[in-house]
Amino acid sequence: MTEYHDLIVIGGGPAGLAAACAAWEKGVKDILIIERDKELGGILNQCIHNGFGLTYFKEELTGPEYAGRFIKMLFDTGVKVRTDTMVLSITENKEVHAVNNFDGYMVLRAKAIVLTMGCRERTRGAIGIPGDRPAGVLTAGAAQRYMNIEGYMVGKRVVILGSGDIGLIMARRMTLEGAKVLACVELMPYSNGLNRNIVQCLNDFDIPLYLAHTITDIVGKHGRVEKVVVSAVDENRRPVPGTEMEFDCDTVLLSVGLIPENELSRNAGIEIDRRTSGPVVFENMETSIPGVFAAGNVVHVHDLVDFVTGESQRAGRAAADYIAGSSAAGGADLELANGEHVNYTVPQKIRLAGVDKAAGVFFRVNKVMAAGTVRVMSGGVQIAAFKRQHMAPGEMEQIQLPRALLEKAQGTVTISVEEANA
Amino acid sequence: MAIRKMICITCPRGCHLEVDDETLQVRGNTCPKGEEYGRNEVTDPRRVLTSTVRIEGAAHCRLPVKTAAPIPKPLLLKAMDALAEVTVKAPVRVGEVVIRDLLGTGVDLVATKEM
Repeated sequence: MTEYHDLIVIGGGPAGLAAACAAWEKGVKDILIIERDKELGGILNQCIHNGFGLTYFKEELTGPEYAGRFIKMLFDTGVKVRTDTMVLSITENKEVHAVNNFDGYMVLRAKAIVLTMGCRERTRGAIGIPGDRPAGVLTAGAAQRYMNIEGYMVGKRVVILGSGDIGLIMARRMTLEGAKVLACVELMPYSNGLNRNIVQCLNDFDIPLYLAHTITDIVGKHGRVEKVVVSAVDENRRPVPGTEMEFDCDTVLLSVGLIPENELSRNAGIEIDRRTSGPVVFENMETSIPGVFAAGNVVHVHDLVDFVTGESQRAGRAAADYIAGSSAAGGADLELANGEHVNYTVPQKIRLAGVDKAAGVFFRVNKVMAAGTVRVMSGGVQIAAFKRQHMAPGEMEQIQLPRALLEKAQGTVTISVEEANA
Repeated sequence: MAIRKMICITCPRGCHLEVDDETLQVRGNTCPKGEEYGRNEVTDPRRVLTSTVRIEGAAHCRLPVKTAAPIPKPLLLKAMDALAEVTVKAPVRVGEVVIRDLLGTGVDLVATKEM
């Protein structure tokens, strides 16, 4: 039996919730959200710390509160939800194959799909840490779920590898719950976490941050981590012999990056950007398959959920336009390219017909800069420039390109950053 | 007199502040909240505590909570001990008080999730 819906949203985290609500408001009345967990809200449910919502709600909320507000909004709509349901595949003609205990194997068809599967943590295997393979090595997000949702304490003496926000947040969380966090170790000469998290998660509890260091050995001969060896690295990120430090610990938490979760997208044949590991998208968040949209961390990893919400609302509205037959179609008028010091842009393609007043472009720089100028060039001509104070790879940048300026551009639009002389 | 350098944690922007610890003059902030943060950080540093308490009769066994306002930084670990004593029974609504006047701070501990 095939079930039909106007819109299917895959993933009930912040991105999926915002996309579904926005599509509903724009008139789509047959929407289904498919979520693999038992409840909506996604990873926000385990992010019990505060700092969410300052941009969107103008107040400081915890993760569950932020998710709760959208879940409440969703319950005021007629959006249908299937939790505990795993999507196995999606196809180019917008079939969704899913399975759960109640309905069994389902084939669902939709006029439009929004992909909001979020992202996944990199693991020990992804970065190849040498040493034994004892228990006690886990990703920071897994530890966060154990502690905050399931109520298990994951360790007593902890070393954290990576200074991404989740690692920093877990350093504080473990400390508050009585563990001793011995060190936070970061390969790069700077932290990828937000400054505020270094202050309130490390400095507040006197946890040392070792920049330009990495774990070079994990020792655990009897089933559990016993100690780790930490070494300084040179400018090529290679360990420097003779700089080894030992930490006696029972737990290693990894906060070494997030990767958009695109198994479904890839198998559907959606074009993936190697730089973001997410789908290549147009300004309205449409992927290379017409009618399939994507938003949130599945497209590129965001620092703030507020921006996920904004991007997902755009995707939801665009899906509504697609269903109504009123969206821009066809190929790209403009392709965005990365110039100097720019790691990626989202969107990667722009259709002028899809741009209302301006197109918002997210990007990340590839180094820490005290100040700089963002230059937007096309055909050898500068069409816009933006001054910025303090830019870092850990902080996503956003510029608005007015439609009038984009109309002057042709073919490729290159976004680059020029560092101001210190 | 000394100038204390700090990073404002009020929002993710993370302004670099310089606070004169005698005159309490704040520089480097880009909003009024930053000025307030800088002054408080020198005189009475406070933090919002977020954690979990035991819950019975819900889908999961931990209820996320927060202090409704920042509490003095030196009290954070003591507050954690107080949280360990509490068991809440479902149902709970967002904002419901879990501990009134936590450690005499005048600040309530409230639930942050409907469970």
